[in-house]
Amino acid sequence: MTIAAALEIALAVLVLGMAAWTIAARETFAAVVGFVAYGLLLALVWVRLEAVDVALTEAAIGGLSGILLVGAAARLRTSETPAVAESPDGMLRVAAAVLAAIVAAALAAGVLALPDPAPTLAPPVAANIAATGLGNPVTGVLMAFRAMDTLLEKVVLLLALVGVWSLAPDRVWGGRPGPRHQADPLGVLAFLARLLPPVGIVVGIYIFWVGADHPGGAFQGGTILAAMWLLVMTAGLTDAPPVRLRWLRLVLIAGPAVFLVVGLAGLWLGDGFLSYPIAYAKPLIVTIEVAMTLTIAVTLGLLLAGAPERSA
Amino acid sequence: MISATTVFGLCAAVAVGLGLYGLIANPQPLRKILAFNLLGSGVFLFFGVVARRGAAAGFGGDPVPQALVITGIVVAFSATALAVALLLRLFEATGAATLRDSMKRASTGAGRDPTDP
Repeated sequence: MTIAAALEIALAVLVLGMAAWTIAARETFAAVVGFVAYGLLLALVWVRLEAVDVALTEAAIGGLSGILLVGAAARLRTSETPAVAESPDGMLRVAAAVLAAIVAAALAAGVLALPDPAPTLAPPVAANIAATGLGNPVTGVLMAFRAMDTLLEKVVLLLALVGVWSLAPDRVWGGRPGPRHQADPLGVLAFLARLLPPVGIVVGIYIFWVGADHPGGAFQGGTILAAMWLLVMTAGLTDAPPVRLRWLRLVLIAGPAVFLVVGLAGLWLGDGFLSYPIAYAKPLIVTIEVAMTLTIAVTLGLLLAGAPERSA
Repeated sequence: MISATTVFGLCAAVAVGLGLYGLIANPQPLRKILAFNLLGSGVFLFFGVVARRGAAAGFGGDPVPQALVITGIVVAFSATALAVALLLRLFEATGAATLRDSMKRASTGAGRDPTDP
């Protein structure tokens, strides 16, 4: 067995150990911490599978999920003891374990029976990537060959945010999300919130820009920008904006709107909806990505901030 | 000699199984959300294995399933954020710890949200 194979098996065991911990841990907070570690280890698996774009997404989203779930676990802490008392009895647990084992075994059998040689769409992507002016095939698929998926994904993000906002009680409708964060103005958090954002903003924009030709992209870059905004908000250096603001709503729809306008223009300038004229493919894709990066950063930041809770 | 795609494919199968068990066996909604994310990440990992096996034309993996996974991760995150917001609102409105508990409270009228008319 080579060293690489041994490392892969060790990584798989670690990932599954973290997954088991996430399910079995007694305290929810411990389970959330396990889940975040699971996400980061999974990012390493993606690197081993030669999917660096996915690894960046997994790592970035894993961090944001961590913030979201740790916050929720802290708020729900008082409900934990009564909830554990409602644990299902032994019979149901055994039945669930048997069902899970059967499903896992069926999937494992499927993995071992995958066809060889594997079907692939890589050759057609390689043949057509030059027309998009992009060098990163994953960005090419996301922004050109399967642009409809990416457009709808941005609409899903927006719908999720509308769903979160609609949970606000009537009296704080359109108000500021979440509690106002307070932190020691001379403490470590406030220090980091001053130190990191200038670097983080540059890294975020770089990841978005480099995504045209190398691993990266609008989503990964936007996530880093969102994380910087959240850091500044958590340190109490700035407050979350009231969600009724006109400019905020314009930024939120900028990404999907630019995407849709370019897509519709394709109907009459190109070959159909979301087809780009070849001479302008790259500039059009970059224009869409600029708007999308901004929208993604603000949408993710507000999704994590939660439903409006204060009217001011 | 066992290949990387087989190792991680089996890893994905077990992750789906663990997620499914947690989804059924754990009474707390937040733990169910975690378990569901685990199940979903197992499915994504399958896509990664299929993509890696489809390496061709000089690419380390088939870029189409890789791009679909990125879209999937984003959608899963939005759904998680919405689910967590619903759960926090349920807790705030009823003080309920579990879904069964909240139904019981709603039917007796106890723990009504004092902030809403």
